[in-house]
Amino acid sequence: MSALETLYRTPVGKGIARKAGLADPPRLRRGRTWPDGAIVTAALADSTLVTETLALLRRPVEAPIVDTPADTPPAYGTRIGALVVDAVGISSLDDLEALRALLRPAVRGVERSGRIVIVAAEPAGDWERQAIAQSLDGITRTVAKELRGGATANLVMVAEDATPADLLSTLGFLLQGRSAFVDGQTWHVAAGGTAATELDERPFVGRTVIVTGAARGIGAAISRTLARDGATILGVDIPASGESLAAVMNEIGGTALQMDITAADAGEKISAHFAARGERPYAIVHNAGITRDRMLVNIDAARWASVLEVNLAAQMRINASLLDPDNAGGLADGGRIVGVASTSGIAGNKGQTNYAASKAGVAGLVRAMAPDLASRGITANAVAPGFIVTDMTAKIPFVQREVFQRSNSLSQGGQPVDVAETIGYLLDPASASVTGQVVRVCGQNLVGQ
Amino acid sequence: MNHNAVVIGGNRTPFAKVGGKLAQASNQDMLTSALEGLIARYGLAGERLGEVAAGAVLKDASDFNLTREAVLGSSLAPSTPACDLQQACATGMETAVYISNKIRLGQIEVGIAGGVDSASDAPISVSDPLRRILLRANAARSARQRVKALSAIRPQHLAPKAPSINEPRTGLSMGGHQAKTTVAWEVTREEQDEIAAASHQNLARAWDEGFFDDLVTPYLGLTKDAILRPDTTVEKLAKLKPAFGGPEGTMTAGNSTALSDGASAVLIASEEWADAHDAPKLATIVDSEVAAVDHPGGEDLLLAPVAAAGRLLKRQGLTPADFDFVEIHEAFASTVAATLKAYEDEDYCVKVGLEGAIGAIPRDRLNVKGSSLAAGHPFAATGGRIIASTAKMLHEKGPGSKALISVCAAGGQGIVMILEGI
Repeated sequence: MSALETLYRTPVGKGIARKAGLADPPRLRRGRTWPDGAIVTAALADSTLVTETLALLRRPVEAPIVDTPADTPPAYGTRIGALVVDAVGISSLDDLEALRALLRPAVRGVERSGRIVIVAAEPAGDWERQAIAQSLDGITRTVAKELRGGATANLVMVAEDATPADLLSTLGFLLQGRSAFVDGQTWHVAAGGTAATELDERPFVGRTVIVTGAARGIGAAISRTLARDGATILGVDIPASGESLAAVMNEIGGTALQMDITAADAGEKISAHFAARGERPYAIVHNAGITRDRMLVNIDAARWASVLEVNLAAQMRINASLLDPDNAGGLADGGRIVGVASTSGIAGNKGQTNYAASKAGVAGLVRAMAPDLASRGITANAVAPGFIVTDMTAKIPFVQREVFQRSNSLSQGGQPVDVAETIGYLLDPASASVTGQVVRVCGQNLVGQ
Repeated sequence: MNHNAVVIGGNRTPFAKVGGKLAQASNQDMLTSALEGLIARYGLAGERLGEVAAGAVLKDASDFNLTREAVLGSSLAPSTPACDLQQACATGMETAVYISNKIRLGQIEVGIAGGVDSASDAPISVSDPLRRILLRANAARSARQRVKALSAIRPQHLAPKAPSINEPRTGLSMGGHQAKTTVAWEVTREEQDEIAAASHQNLARAWDEGFFDDLVTPYLGLTKDAILRPDTTVEKLAKLKPAFGGPEGTMTAGNSTALSDGASAVLIASEEWADAHDAPKLATIVDSEVAAVDHPGGEDLLLAPVAAAGRLLKRQGLTPADFDFVEIHEAFASTVAATLKAYEDEDYCVKVGLEGAIGAIPRDRLNVKGSSLAAGHPFAATGGRIIASTAKMLHEKGPGSKALISVCAAGGQGIVMILEGI
């Protein structure tokens, strides 16, 4: 810790920092927790999708307070936990005024770590409908930036015939503390993938999930979080990290596989592990990744290749092996693939051309795989972490680190568990209708989409 | 009542030279680490196993329950019983015999056999006179008696006693004994250096191939066997000065094992347990035999495995040609060379009670993934290292493949074991 950082952590330092506008960031609600206050919901058109989904989630709902012109703005008496707006079926610019009237009291009255969720149909139909669908995206991102106290706003776009079962896992995730660091995002839910009737607290019981890079940091958090939710973990990491890998796996009753994922036969080795046991993995989380940062003018072929090899090529080879229908230890039908992209890949980041290439590639990969795997019930998605507090980011110099981790709508770095919870949502069997998505876990980082 | 005992897999720490990266670790630390890696590799956290047997050659009296304490410090269920065994350098082999016999008899379904030794953290004891004075003072009934007892302490009593690796009945070190054997069997310097160079080259290749990826778990930042010198050659070894056998001796630091630190553990189960737990089955522990020689009477201290091998092969109706792999623990390169010569020597074999010569071992089947000269030899950990590696080699070779393992031990003892691939 630098002298400056030590000073910053003292009571005096904290006082000065507060005066300088560097207040302690809000403490986020995490885990499988629901908002404290009421969940308020309203439909802008005649859709019942959201109310039916909230019924499946067994959440009682209340009617909203609506801002009416000419009056003094009405306010909620007690803080609400969440506002969920069903915007499916809106057709004209005037419908956005109805949304404003719902949002105004809610943004003022939502509790700390509260939620604003807008559910809308995919852009389709006439020009006006498509324009306002995009308006919803702009509204959500802006509301997310204006919300305080760790509250978030997100937009879910649903396919035309999506059912409450399709939306269940996504809405559950967004309302719960699991989505703490997912803010200002839009993603899509397809139709007809699942008949889920409830949100399972332990959806992975009896299922084995492969996690690469599981020895430390985000990979260890992914392993712990999925194990909490019932998964048996096969943790993979390079042999040199075997000691910490063993410690994590023994802590959660998992199994350690020491292996270099860039080996040509890595996929075969993983599936042989399952074939020897007469099992199939349910899912794989491609978390292992490296950085070899240099400005592009200083990146030679080796520095370029090693990052692309570990972060992208290796997972493409392992996927090919696990998806081979003749592979007795390959991925089961109905399985899950999750890649780990990065905001650096989405927004670009100075000194990380190689890393950005690999991480943007991960996003492209899952989007490409998703439609091709749909017939087997296998989904492919990615998360894109922003600034996450790990041993790796602790090495960034103090001032630079403070700037980085406050450069988002939640004014703080995310925790490894925030990435892990988002991955858990994507892996959930009930998330069968969520595929080809890249969900940012960045607290609405100022850069990128 | 009859079950097959099969090797599921193994784990060890990387081995280090005395005073190296593992120097600060105690026997219990290292054994716990080896267990933790094994538990993680086979997903055994929280499981109750039938028994864990392990031991150490250099062991402090306070470590009387070494293995049980290591189990309690591990992720196994605390209801897993444990015991300590000790048979000098054959300890790790004997623990596997003990566990596999219990499995065969149906007394337990699954267990771990292991061993550990720290040459760096060896117990130091006080001199015998000082120990007796302290005991007398402790038993004293009055302060006066106690002062009187303690007043008998003399400066020379205060020198600590390091553990001796000399044979108590001959006063010779193990190297000293082997030097006599080396001369008696006319083992040349070249033969020894070739064995040493091959050990390093074979072990280095195995590491490069990733052979140890699922056999070794790093410990204290050490990720690879520290004694290994991949670039060692016969030419380089030829330049070393003799360490045993006087100025004309042929045994050097390069063709003798280094004092080492490390631990190993092997998971052994009945076939039924392995099937029920979807665990891989690498090799069956077929049979084993222990033999001893009269080294105070002049016999070769480290050649006891020859008689053991002869008796075991006869019992199993096997010849050297039946084995795909032969593992002879490299206490010294010259031990391996003399053992191979003794196998072919009619007179020697008859003298130790066999019907005739055992026969020649093809060199290309010997220690093909390296052995103790390159890996190191933490005494009680060597058995587990060899059993786990050999079981993996047999599994890769295929069902029905066979291996003979031979480990010599202090006190003129030796143990051999047959494994068969599954």
